[in-house]
Amino acid sequence: MSLRTGQIILLLVALVPVTGMTEDTAALPDHYCSWEVKDYAIEEPLCGLDGDALRGKEIVSDSGLGNCLACHQLPIPGIEAYGTIGPPLQGIASRFTEAQIRIRIVDTRNINPMSIMPGFYRDPRLINRPGKPYRGKTFLTAQQVEDVIAYLVTLK
Amino acid sequence: MSIIKQSFILLSSILLAITACPLLAEEAKSGYEYIKPATRAMQDDDFENPGMLSVERGQELFNEKQDGTGKACSDCHGADAREMDPKSIARYPVYDENRGGIVTLQKSINYCRNNIGSKALPTNHPDLVALETFVRNRAHGEAVNVQVDGPMAALLEKGEKIYQTRYGLIDMSCSHCHSLYPGQMIRGQKISQGQGNGFPAYRLDIGEITNLHQRIQQCLTLMRAEPFDADSEEIKLLGLYMMSRSNGLMIETPAVRY
Repeated sequence: MSLRTGQIILLLVALVPVTGMTEDTAALPDHYCSWEVKDYAIEEPLCGLDGDALRGKEIVSDSGLGNCLACHQLPIPGIEAYGTIGPPLQGIASRFTEAQIRIRIVDTRNINPMSIMPGFYRDPRLINRPGKPYRGKTFLTAQQVEDVIAYLVTLK
Repeated sequence: MSIIKQSFILLSSILLAITACPLLAEEAKSGYEYIKPATRAMQDDDFENPGMLSVERGQELFNEKQDGTGKACSDCHGADAREMDPKSIARYPVYDENRGGIVTLQKSINYCRNNIGSKALPTNHPDLVALETFVRNRAHGEAVNVQVDGPMAALLEKGEKIYQTRYGLIDMSCSHCHSLYPGQMIRGQKISQGQGNGFPAYRLDIGEITNLHQRIQQCLTLMRAEPFDADSEEIKLLGLYMMSRSNGLMIETPAVRY
């Protein structure tokens, strides 16, 4: 089996939850911008938006928004406790390009189907059994995702 | 095949087995191993453990004469449930075809309440949780011993499937946290293996006694998922599977957990 075939099969596995979706979540909301994966990266900013690094820094530490600190270490002073589930994000921009960071925030299962990390702009139709307030919604808005990316690319 | 090649294959199989083992079958560890020392101390001291208030409340209800019939649970099971066999309590949830398959401890208590002419309480009613806590506490120190063979085998497979399924906007399965990452930190808390041996447990986060099914519902809500209903088949299957993972662990009810 070639590497390519293996990757396609993994992608199919990632799409299995589609079968579990309910009527309520089947409609794609109007405000959802589609995105394209190419070479394991998402080149174009979501909805063509510009990100703001300062806002992004707030979003990553806000437990009601990105809550990245629940799982990752980040070089932000004054944080009492970081999670240790994901890799530390210091120097992330030296390891990945902006487009490679984008796919990891938007829906990391395109590159790792087993990942524990939520897709912050995953297609809402793929979410299995969302709570009522979250139906048809993404974890973060397209603007918030771009803000987070704008912050992360500063971490060289 | 050359000796070198054979030894290489043998060596790599051993290496693979060593590296794969912790993921596939980690030794069961009580949530007690993952909580903070201060929380352990609170659990270990009956006067400090807030869950003991639920045990006492359950004990009152257990000895209370019911209106009309004048009967009490203690008429059959002895004052303070002295006649109850801890080994039977440790087997819950049990299987009984005549009572619809999986029978939780709450369901058995309600069955008994019917027998003494009292009304069955709705699932997870505070009085029923208190009774459940009291009865489970009678088996404190007994090893969890859920049946895993016979008719339970197929039900456990279904429960495991639910355990492995992603739910909610946060889109994680139980196994993502509790099988892949126990011991890692999520902010300030250590992730546990999601064992059932301490439940019903007093939860510091919400300040309430919480049974395993309620804890599962709270976890699903946290995952921004629609929680399973208290009387749903899914929660019974998942609760059964999770308690079976605790087989061999000592019952700690009422444990203190985050």
